[in-house]
Amino acid sequence: MEWNWDHAYAVLPQLLKGLVITIEATIVASLIAYILGLAIAIFKMSKSKFVRVSLYWMTEFVRRTPILVQLYVVFYVLPDFGIFLEAFTCGVIVLGIHFSTYTSEVFRAGIDNVSKGQWEAAKSLNYNPYQAWKHVILPQAIPPMIPPLANYLITMFKETPLLAFITVVELFRAADQYSNSYYTYLEPMTLVGVFFLIVSIPSAMLAMKLEKKFKPIKVTR
Amino acid sequence: MNEVLEFYPLLIKGTITTIQLTVMGAILALIVSFIVGIARISSFASVRVAAIIYLEFFRGSSALVQMFFIYFVLPMWGIYFDAITAGVIACGLNVGAYGSEAVRGAILAVSKEQHEASKALNYSSYEKYRYVIIPQAIPIMIPTFGNLLIELMKLTAVCSLITISDLTFMAQIIRVQTALTLEPFLLILIIYFIIATVLVQIVDMIAKKFSKGRNIMTAGDK
Repeated sequence: MEWNWDHAYAVLPQLLKGLVITIEATIVASLIAYILGLAIAIFKMSKSKFVRVSLYWMTEFVRRTPILVQLYVVFYVLPDFGIFLEAFTCGVIVLGIHFSTYTSEVFRAGIDNVSKGQWEAAKSLNYNPYQAWKHVILPQAIPPMIPPLANYLITMFKETPLLAFITVVELFRAADQYSNSYYTYLEPMTLVGVFFLIVSIPSAMLAMKLEKKFKPIKVTR
Repeated sequence: MNEVLEFYPLLIKGTITTIQLTVMGAILALIVSFIVGIARISSFASVRVAAIIYLEFFRGSSALVQMFFIYFVLPMWGIYFDAITAGVIACGLNVGAYGSEAVRGAILAVSKEQHEASKALNYSSYEKYRYVIIPQAIPIMIPTFGNLLIELMKLTAVCSLITISDLTFMAQIIRVQTALTLEPFLLILIIYFIIATVLVQIVDMIAKKFSKGRNIMTAGDK
């Protein structure tokens, strides 16, 4: 089969529209993942063993099951309970929750990374917990978290094509629709691959620059 | 729920397919990880560049796109794979790219003294890596490999989209047959969770076995 430029040009506008949806989904999902991840990390430091253990198994359950199935659950099951969400909303919520279990490990490692002496120093300066977090802990904890968090952003970007299977017309589904109407997989699929590479390789390079700048913490999982 | 459980032969078949995909994908990924990981530290620039192109290509684009490319686009060039093979290749090559980074990182983490010691023993480059460096690098890789194994297992769910009848595919069939949604999906989520948890235990056991009696010193420890 020969590469046909006519198909390539014809599919391009739809792909660009899809790319916009893909990027929107990535941004919204990552915001959910970051906020929820931070909340999970904080609650995992709870004094109550019950909270810690139940949170551990909840996050492990989410981590150890496929995103695709989680998407199906939310997309097909919620309407049975009278909750109707747009496909896009379902998709970003699932992606966000799934990756919050990963980002929570980053936040936790980042907070653990600040040595105990810093807490004691804050206490000896008579700082209250708010002041301690704001002036002592967070300024030291945040920079090393930035590179791993950036890497998860790129990972989320690469997982967005799964949203296609709950009817979100993002980059992958836009190509798939074209393929199905014109019976050609070659040009649309290749272009989707190229689009992904065009976005994620420079992003990965940027993330690598961040790693050099901030000296990332080691997240073991 | 009982209606769903009547379909247990499908679920068992799906579980077996999912495990098969995971195991075969993991074997391919392991082989690819070592080849590409070692190629990354080769003294030949061309080998290094080829490894980097492979890595960036498979890490840079989405696993789903790669799978569809292998299953739907390659046949247009006369390269045919059946669905299972396409699924295993896509999973293996994708996860192998991430694994190669673990291999490279672990090899580089072995301290410099070990290289000097090998030189002092007059080991050839092959002997050095075979008997000194890689045996010490393997325990460092295992935790990352464990995480990647879970990622691979989760990735096999995507294989249902290229017509492989794995767990996810079977759940879809049951959903259509029974018009139930919550039960089949909840059931397979639990099965996936059990498979993953068993895999985590196995990797933990392997990690213990490999680190037994070794006092591994990495470059970072100093």
